[in-house]
Formats: sequence, C-alpha cells, structure tokens
Amino acid sequence: MNALPLSHGLAVAAVLFGIGVAGLLARRNLIFMLMSVEILLAAAGMAFVVAGSRWGEPDGQIMLVFILAMAAAELSVGLALVMQIYHALKTLDTDSIRQLRG
Amino acid sequence: MLRLACLIPLFPFAGFALLALAGSRLSRRVVAGIGVGSVALSAAAAFISSGALAMIPGPDRGYAATLWTWMQSGDLSVSMGIHLDPLAAVMACVVTGVGLLIHIYSTAYMAEEPDYARFFAYMNLFVACMLVLVLADNLLSLYLGWEGVGLCSYLLIGFWYRDRGNCAAAMKAFIVTRIGDAAMAVGLLLIAVELGTLNISEALARAQELWPVGGTLATVAAGLLLAGAIGKSAQVPLHVWLPDAMAGPTPVSALIHAATMVTAGAYLLARMHALTAVAPAIMLTIAVIGIASILIGAVSALAQRDLKRILAYSTMSQVGYMFLALGVGAWTAAIFHLVTHAFFKSLLFLAAGALIHAMRGEQDIFAMRGLRRKLPMVFTVFVIGSAALAGLPLVTAGFYSKEMILGATLHLPTYGPYFWGAGLVGVLLTSIYAFRAAFVAFRTSDDEAEPHGLSLAMTVPLGVLAALSIVAGMLGTPHGLGNVQILSQFLAPASHVGESAVGPLIVASAASLLGIGVAWLVYVRFRESSERLAETDWALGVTEFCKGGCRFDALYNTMLVEPFAYVAGANAPDIIDRGYDLVARAIGKAHQTISRLQDGRLRWYVGGLALGAVFLVGVVVLR
Repeated sequence: MNALPLSHGLAVAAVLFGIGVAGLLARRNLIFMLMSVEILLAAAGMAFVVAGSRWGEPDGQIMLVFILAMAAAELSVGLALVMQIYHALKTLDTDSIRQLRG
Repeated sequence: MLRLACLIPLFPFAGFALLALAGSRLSRRVVAGIGVGSVALSAAAAFISSGALAMIPGPDRGYAATLWTWMQSGDLSVSMGIHLDPLAAVMACVVTGVGLLIHIYSTAYMAEEPDYARFFAYMNLFVACMLVLVLADNLLSLYLGWEGVGLCSYLLIGFWYRDRGNCAAAMKAFIVTRIGDAAMAVGLLLIAVELGTLNISEALARAQELWPVGGTLATVAAGLLLAGAIGKSAQVPLHVWLPDAMAGPTPVSALIHAATMVTAGAYLLARMHALTAVAPAIMLTIAVIGIASILIGAVSALAQRDLKRILAYSTMSQVGYMFLALGVGAWTAAIFHLVTHAFFKSLLFLAAGALIHAMRGEQDIFAMRGLRRKLPMVFTVFVIGSAALAGLPLVTAGFYSKEMILGATLHLPTYGPYFWGAGLVGVLLTSIYAFRAAFVAFRTSDDEAEPHGLSLAMTVPLGVLAALSIVAGMLGTPHGLGNVQILSQFLAPASHVGESAVGPLIVASAASLLGIGVAWLVYVRFRESSERLAETDWALGVTEFCKGGCRFDALYNTMLVEPFAYVAGANAPDIIDRGYDLVARAIGKAHQTISRLQDGRLRWYVGGLALGAVFLVGVVVLR
C-alpha cells in the first residue's frame, strides 16, 4: 500500500509546479496561460494527495476534490473572460493587451 | 386639575411637530388653526392648573410631577419633571396668555408671508421651550428650555433669511447670548458638583445649609448664573444683540424680545433668589447692572428714529428695573414688573407692528404721518402702552409695578437712596422717550398717506392687551393706595412687603408727569426751535453717541471683533494645515512611484508572484 515514497510524489508535484510557472511566464496566449494555471493547481493537488497518503489521512483527497471543483469554476469564469477579451480586442496576446498604464 | 400642568408644554410642542412635518402641505387656514389652537389649549391648561394651585391653602403650595428620569450617573440623577409653584404658574400664564394674543395677531400680520407654516412652527416651538424653561423642576431641564428659546430666537430673527443683514443680526444674538450661556453651564456644573443635585428646590436648600453667606463658592455660583441671565435678558454689558434682534418680524419682537424670552433672566434670578441671597456681592452687582441697563437703555432709546429700536432699548431698560428689584431682594416686585411689562411692551410692539404695516414697512417715526386720524384705535392703544411704559400715575399698570420696585430700593440700607435716585432718573427718561415716540409718530400733516385697514385678528389682541396694561396694576398697589398685595401674597405668602412712604411715591409720579411734559414741550409745543437746536454740532454729537447705543457696539468691534478678524486674516492660509498638506503630498508622490509597476503586463505580474513565492519558501526553508 505504501509503495510510493513521499519524496517521489513531492518531486513530481514540484516538477509539475515548475512546468506551470514556466508556462505562465513564457506563454503570451491567454488560453495557454489558463492551462498553465491548471497545471499549477494539479501540482498543488498532487502534493495534497501524496501528503495525505503518507500520514494515512483522507484530508488530502478531500482537498483534491475541493481543488478540482475550484479549478472547474475558475476555468469557466476564466474562459468567459477570455471570450469577452477576444470579442472586445480581437487578440489574446497578453503583451498587446496593455490598456492599464501605471 | 393640577395634573393638567404636565400638558402645558406638550400642546405647543405637538403643534410644532405637526407644522414642521406637514406644514407645507396644509392650507393657511389649517396652519393658523394649529398654530393658534395649540397655544390656546396650552393657555387653557395653564390657567386651569394655576387656578387649582391658587385654591390650595398654605404657604408651601406647589405641584411636582416626575415624568421620567432623563439621566442617571453615580449619585447624580436628573429627572424630567414639571414643577408648578406660584412663580412658575404666573410665568406660565403670562407666556401662554400673551403668547396666544400674539399668535392671533400674527395670523393677520403674517398673512401675506409665503413661509406661513414655518413661522408658526418656530413660534410654537418657542412657546414650548419657554414653558419647559418655566416649569422645569431641575436646572438641567431649565437649561434645555433656555437653549431652546435661544435657538428659536435665532431662527425667528433670521426668519427673512434672504437678507444678509437679518442673518448677521440672528448670528449676533446667538453668539452674544452664548457667552452668557457658557458661563451659566459652568455654574450648573459647579452646583451639580458641589451640592450633588440639580433639582432646584434641593439645590437651594443645600446652598443655604452648606454655603456660608458671602462664601466664595456661593458668590462664584451665583455670579455664573447671573452671567447667563445678563446674556439672555440683554443687560449691560451683553445687551448689544437686542436692538439688532428687531430684524425679525414684529410679532416675534413682541413675544420673544419683549414679553417672554428676555425676561427669562429675571425669572432665573427670581427662581434662584435663595442662592443669590447667600451672595451679597452678587446681589449688589445685579442691582448695579440693573441701574446701568436702565440708564443706558433709556438714553439710547431717546435718540433712535426706528420705532422698533426705540422699543428694543426700552425693553432693555425695563428689564433693568426687574434686575434692580432682584438686586435689592424684592423678587416679587421684579415678577410684578415682569407681568405688567409683558402686557404693555407687547402692546406697544403690536401697535408698532400695526403702524409699520399701515405705512407699508416704514419704521422711521419721523416719516410717519397722519396715522392718528386714519388709525384712531392704534393711536389709542399706543398712547395707553406709552403711558404704562412711562408709569403714568394711578391709571396704568406700569406705575404700580415700578412703584413697588422703587419703594423696595429705599428699604436697602446703604445704597438704597442712590438706587432710588438712579431709578427716578430712569422714570423721567422713560416717560420722555415713550411720549417722544407717541408724539412724533402720530403727527398730523397735510399729505396724509392712505394706510392699510386692520383686521379683527389684529385689533382684538391690541384691545385685550391695552385693557390688561391698565387693570394689571390692581394686582399690587402701594400702602398709600389701598395696599393690595394679590400677586406678592400669591408668590410668597410669608413675605412681608415693607411700608412704603407716600413722599417718594409723589416724587416718582411727578418725575413721570414731568417727562411727559418735557416730551410735549420739545416735540409738540416748541418743535421748530428744538429742531434747530438739534442741528448744532454739539447736539449732533450727543445724538450720534446715544443713537449708537452709547458706543458699546463700536467698543466691542475694536476690542473683540477687529482683533479676531485680524488674527483670522493673518492665518488665512492656515499654518497648521500646511503640515498636513505636506503629508498628503508625500503620500501622493509615493503612490505615483509605485503605481508605475501596475502597467498591465500580465507576465511581469506572474514573475513578481513567482519571485515572491520563491522568497517566502526560501525564508521558511533556510531559517
């Protein structure tokens, strides 16, 4: 049952998190940035599940369910915003969406 | 029957609430009905309960009812209560009775006024506050009414607020009386702290018990209350607001600035006479202030051309007589004069209002022409009022009340004769200026104006007040003339009014008649030569001095107003505010610097987030 060591699981989670952050920083298309955010959330969920199985607690899995539900909600709102932005500005390039001037 | 006393202030207050909330939606007839009706109900309650009070035998008659506890703090408990004793009963009857007549008069006088409901709302509020003041059983609710009448005075002086002058007059009245009110508030706190109670009868009893005669505390407390009374009653040196207060409508001048509110100071001192009795220095001060007000008011009244200003200075002078009486310890005489003065002075003001109405706003007595033939009724009542003011012997109420005061001054051992002499000069001056106004304003001439007619609502109050100005003297006559003491016996059954000699009585009567004679000689018989005399430089200077109220206004302007205006002008850019401006500018600068980072480049935000996360994790791991 306890086949997966904690460090391995956390390493996978860290790699996933790194991929997510890298994607967020490198990509300029809003849709890809949203996908990167999903990867970040998956990394966090992974860390929860691994930690939960390490201490034999169900809390980690419960948190994963919460995170999935939250991610679904966030994505639906995010995609709606993306639709609106595209509708208004005809582009999804974040570097060219710069109407806010400090 | 006595329980009706609780309702006396309630009716006018209900009238005020109705008119204030719904007045603009009601017709004029309904507004007048509410305004007059509420005061009429209150007057009925006042007269019935006072009658019931008079039926109670014994020296300590009174009725007290606690309505609710206003505040409770430690040992100090302040209740809202009604206290109807003979003094309060007399005042309540005067306030509601004269108030009712003036309200009736106002329905006609203010008929063309657009803000009809606002006027009656203020008037009702004034009557309610005045009754709270009069019927209060403790000093704090008395102070509540005291401030309430001050507020109503401010609102009604500035009733025609579109004119800047009226607003300035209202502000002046409010600020000058505020000086006295502040001192009075300190006096109340002193009494509350030192005597542990604000209930009037308890405080008076404890003051007599705990404070030695002439002690510091008693003198300070009485002095502070006196300062409040001086401000409210327009006595020297806080009298400068009263002549300017005539900017308000004439019924307001009659009700507030002649009959009731300005006499509140005399009422307060009469109410607290047991406290002033333990402070002889303050008693003397009261008498001296009274004398100063009598003479300064009378001299100033002599030089005024504006009819209402003549009456205003005359009010100050007559309230001075009340103070003189209080200062020599004859508080029942003060209240007697308060009552008769309320009748004849409101009569004079209402008659003046009728004249001004008839002359379409003209207030200069030298510009009035031919009113004797056109308004014979007003002429008659004005002469009756002037006669009562001058104290015409035997037939007028003013004679008897003034006589009682002058008689009382003679009973004072050391200064008595001097006070009597000064009061006598006051009588002479009073009858000169009273009949100067009467003779000049009712001059006949060829080019007679066509004055307005008068409605019944104006003539009836004039008639009633004229009758009262004559018969009210029967409430108290001196020893030589029947020795009737109805009012004094009602107010203070135990008190004994000393014998008054007939000699001084005759001298005072002669002074009054002499004054009328002088006025006739100067303004009727030798009119041309006196007018020529008035043109000389010397006479013009004296007239100017008197007309400016003995230069008190000018003195206060140089002493207080101008230095204050100079300091305010020097500090126009607000030196302290500069420091706060600096803080505001620094914050604005910092904001501009930081807001450069918010430039809308999403990936820079993410980079910042990632760096922050790395930093935080680093801190946790490496620690």
